[in-house]
Amino acid sequence: MSTTLNYNSLPEADEAQLRTTALRVREHIIRMATGGGCFIGASLSCADLIVYLYGRHLRVAPSRLDDPNRDYLFLSKGHDVPALYGTLAELGYIDRDRLAAHLSPNDAIYWHPNRRIPGVEFHSGSLGHLLSVAIGVALDIKMRGTDNRVYVIMGDGELNEGSIWEGLLVANAYGLDNLVGIVDRNEFQANIRTEELIPLEPLASKFEAFGWSTERINGHSFQEMEGAFGSLPFESGRPSMIIADTVRGRGCPSIEWRADRWFMRLGEEDADLLMRELHGGEGGTLAAEPLVVR
Amino acid sequence: MDYQETLARLAEADERIVVMTAENRAAIRDLPLRLGKRFVDVGISEATMIGAAAGLALRGRIPVTHALATFLTLRAFEFIRTDVGIANLPVKLVGGVPGILSEANGPTHQAIEDVALMRGIPNVCVFAPADELELVEGMQHIVEHPAPWYVRFNSCAAPVSHSPFQIGSAEQFGDGNDVAIVTYGYLLGEAMAAMRELEALGVNARVVNMRTLKPVDTELILHVAEETRLVVTLEDHFRTGGLYSIVCELLIANRLAAAVFPIAFEERWFTPALIGDVLEAEGLRGPQIATRVAGALEAESMTPAAGMFNGLRG
Ligand SMILES: [Mg+2]
Repeated sequence: MSTTLNYNSLPEADEAQLRTTALRVREHIIRMATGGGCFIGASLSCADLIVYLYGRHLRVAPSRLDDPNRDYLFLSKGHDVPALYGTLAELGYIDRDRLAAHLSPNDAIYWHPNRRIPGVEFHSGSLGHLLSVAIGVALDIKMRGTDNRVYVIMGDGELNEGSIWEGLLVANAYGLDNLVGIVDRNEFQANIRTEELIPLEPLASKFEAFGWSTERINGHSFQEMEGAFGSLPFESGRPSMIIADTVRGRGCPSIEWRADRWFMRLGEEDADLLMRELHGGEGGTLAAEPLVVR
Repeated sequence: MDYQETLARLAEADERIVVMTAENRAAIRDLPLRLGKRFVDVGISEATMIGAAAGLALRGRIPVTHALATFLTLRAFEFIRTDVGIANLPVKLVGGVPGILSEANGPTHQAIEDVALMRGIPNVCVFAPADELELVEGMQHIVEHPAPWYVRFNSCAAPVSHSPFQIGSAEQFGDGNDVAIVTYGYLLGEAMAAMRELEALGVNARVVNMRTLKPVDTELILHVAEETRLVVTLEDHFRTGGLYSIVCELLIANRLAAAVFPIAFEERWFTPALIGDVLEAEGLRGPQIATRVAGALEAESMTPAAGMFNGLRG
């Protein structure tokens, strides 16, 4: 690690508020997993990160979505978008009611993000794209000399894509210290643990070797997020990378750390069960069949 | 005024323009000095260049990107389709050494499916200049046009003098009623030579230079199909998805029956060699084209259906 994080502690009241928002967002995610379903495991793993970024860190607001001096967040692993939809609903970017239109042909709230949702900066879904798009935005901000930043959330499975490593090289070449990569390190790719398929560790030293100043934090600790995001850029003249260790399915123990609980279509009973777990109640056995995993 | 001078002047007059390259600087060597930070070289990473171009366009820029046509349209295809196409961003995609201009490089460098791929993406337009004059004049329209554009880069000397450039407007040379040779890009000069050769054989020909393949000049294509006995599509591209396909699509959509003879690469790559030898080996020299066209015309006049075509017209 390259720097000492500046551990300003997050005031208790603010932390409690983030916790409440994150709980509401997870409720939304579980609701979005009913009916046609959603990528629930990945959505639950990055929910705390997205809530922290929009709720506390990013210089963006529903009233300044056209402000060129806002911070930009790109969700490169687009399938975790229910966490973003939920956050945007809780923070006033879209009406909460609109989430009921998840997967409706009459709205644009589908399995991957798109710009018809206020607060979504760009569409994604095909992995390995938005680091390069973020580089373009960061280059322009540098050309104009303003102090806003560009954040891009990537999945750990997404790191298999060669375009990510191209982007890492290019961001380093241009010294983009206004660019922040965030890896949702939930240790799974679609069907299998990353370390069993395409091992990524030691991950921080890979990013360091590519010229990114890298920190590793617990991606469910708002205190650690405050320390890391509050210390940006980690080094002047270099892009910053935050590896956030997370838990797939976080909040609902019966689907945590499960390769076979990636995409789920929940019936009402399973949704109730996960909702009870989320609120600290008894778990149980899900009726939904697990996905077949090799 | 050459290509890079044109681009430099456009960029100096419009701060939205950013020139990008995936380390392909042949045509833009002086631009780093002229444009400073608005010249971005990402190294040999075409996909990253296109993604970054989309990001720059989100910020209001007009990125003019450069790479060899094969690597731009193939390696970065999904980035063009997904980041530029879906969002309909005004990114300009300039592909170097397209078609037979890749000369002796071999099949890895032969962009002869590029027109099919680029025109297949919703919102993406296609410009195939016949020479440097047309390239330079066309770029001034295309850079300011709100759509994403693919430019089949060609800075060869002009074989003709052109009428003023207009997007979606083809130009016609001659008015012979026997055959129309419809073409684009580098082969325009050979088409003109073929027309002269045909005249000597007593065949009245005309040549159509498409200039932009999308949007396409539907009116002129239908007009020449009605006025001539045979439409020849001439292109340095696979037969699939290029000008032959475009012309056939237009004729069918307009319920117009016409004899169409394609000269294109059918299910194969072309012989790698210096440009003159490529033309010779592939039968693309003016006189060779004339011979092929005369043969097609002859076959057409002996086809019983030929009369029927005339009856179906309109
Ligand atoms: Mg993962």
